Amino acid sequence: MLDLSLLPDGGASWLDASGEHADIVISTRIRLARNLEGYAFTPRARDGERLRILTQVREAFGSLSSIEDGVLVRVDELAAEDRLLLHERHLVSKELAGLNEQPVRTGAAVYLSRGVGIMVNEEDHLRLQALHSGFHVADAFGVIERLDSELGNKVPYAFHTEFGYLTACPTNVGTGLRASVLIHLPGLVLTKEIGKVLAGLQQVGLTYRGMYGEGSEVVGNFFQISNQTTLGRSEGELLDYLVRVVRHVIEREEESRRVLLRDAGYIIEDKLWRAFGTLRYARSLSFEEAMNYLSGVRLAVGLKLISGLSVYTLNKLLIFSQLAHLGNSEGRVLTESEANVARARYVRETLAREAE
Amino acid sequence: MVCDLCKDGEAVIQLTEIEGSGVRQLHLCEKCAAERGVETTLGPAKPSQISNFLSTIHEQMPGAKGEPVSCPFCASTLADFRVTGRLGCAHCYEAFEVSLRDLLRRVHGNSRHIGRRYVAPLPSELPHVSSATELRDRLKRAIEAEQFELAADIRDKLRGIE
Repeated sequence: MLDLSLLPDGGASWLDASGEHADIVISTRIRLARNLEGYAFTPRARDGERLRILTQVREAFGSLSSIEDGVLVRVDELAAEDRLLLHERHLVSKELAGLNEQPVRTGAAVYLSRGVGIMVNEEDHLRLQALHSGFHVADAFGVIERLDSELGNKVPYAFHTEFGYLTACPTNVGTGLRASVLIHLPGLVLTKEIGKVLAGLQQVGLTYRGMYGEGSEVVGNFFQISNQTTLGRSEGELLDYLVRVVRHVIEREEESRRVLLRDAGYIIEDKLWRAFGTLRYARSLSFEEAMNYLSGVRLAVGLKLISGLSVYTLNKLLIFSQLAHLGNSEGRVLTESEANVARARYVRETLAREAE
Repeated sequence: MVCDLCKDGEAVIQLTEIEGSGVRQLHLCEKCAAERGVETTLGPAKPSQISNFLSTIHEQMPGAKGEPVSCPFCASTLADFRVTGRLGCAHCYEAFEVSLRDLLRRVHGNSRHIGRRYVAPLPSELPHVSSATELRDRLKRAIEAEQFELAADIRDKLRGIE
């Protein structure tokens, strides 16, 4: 089984709750889509071409100074449960891990370092991504920009004077930039303001998804807000815009939380303590159930109703209570019902240790 | 698509509403959207999901005059693109430039990149990539796509090298 603790930061520095507004914004991710000159795009490329791409970029990775101590993981050589583990940890996309309808592609790999990763042979040849804790757009972009400049000097990117960086899907062309913020909005959901906020996002060229990107459902009141267009605005404009809108959403969320406490204090308090009680004592928890109760406990911590629990612990609970993570820590592949029992035990023990 | 409310005007706005625990999607025309207080003048409606994007290219990319049937590099056609929503290679952007410019305007509201410019490193600074291997890949792909004229061209180039 894959041992993620061998990664430079254990693949978990993005969970450390160090960034701005960390109780509301779990993480900030910025990715750049890039393709190499001289090859068909990944979906059209032959196995041999993808392997040559991997060889070519592997040589370049060896001499990068903007990221240190990277580890290359051949995703195409991993067992299904380990590919799922990387995906659950937000280190690779569903597509790279072969968890969509398509099986994993020959040559699929990821180069991982502290808070930074480069997926190879995803839908585009390269997907450079920075993943930071909290609301940290400028820092995340700084890291990825340096990496992009350096890598672009070692391998030739496909670039068009009018259309910019060329990508397999025209929805990514231009800057190739997608910045997304994973944000927890229980206040807006409980006050039924969320519909207006989400509709507003779409009106201003932003979009939202569930925690695991395109096509994933919204569970536990976790939303990913990101830019929808990539062409016709500079990287700086796209990011500034996202930052301004997300700040506004955070303010709306904080306002909703104040309203909840003021107008429905004991009802909310009761609801959140019940969520805590279930997590603290349940003997079997489905993933969705756990996410929803964890959302309640996270809100309770934000409202200072529950003390002693850190945001870091809450972040870890979200990620480590997923199927492949539970299996990884038990050293075997779990069935769904076994995972429900293991999940309840993991959550119970963590809360017993840290919240009392 | 017609407006879900008046059943008359063309729906240009997709509105997500949450009531209780349910989410509902409304497709509204400009007039009904304005009546519900949704601003409609901020830019073109953009497809929010791949399926919307696919239907956009399906309906609105007949192919422009003078464009080749297939990409000279990877042998992909616009018909392939309509099915998958993915282009075959970077050269497809030149082969189908006119059609794509139009599509990009619909999707992004713009077709001109104004972000960072990129200058590729000189070939002498890069590791050597065998062009014969590259041509063989292209030849196989052209044959698979039954683009025999293109295949013959590539074969000639390959003979020239070998």
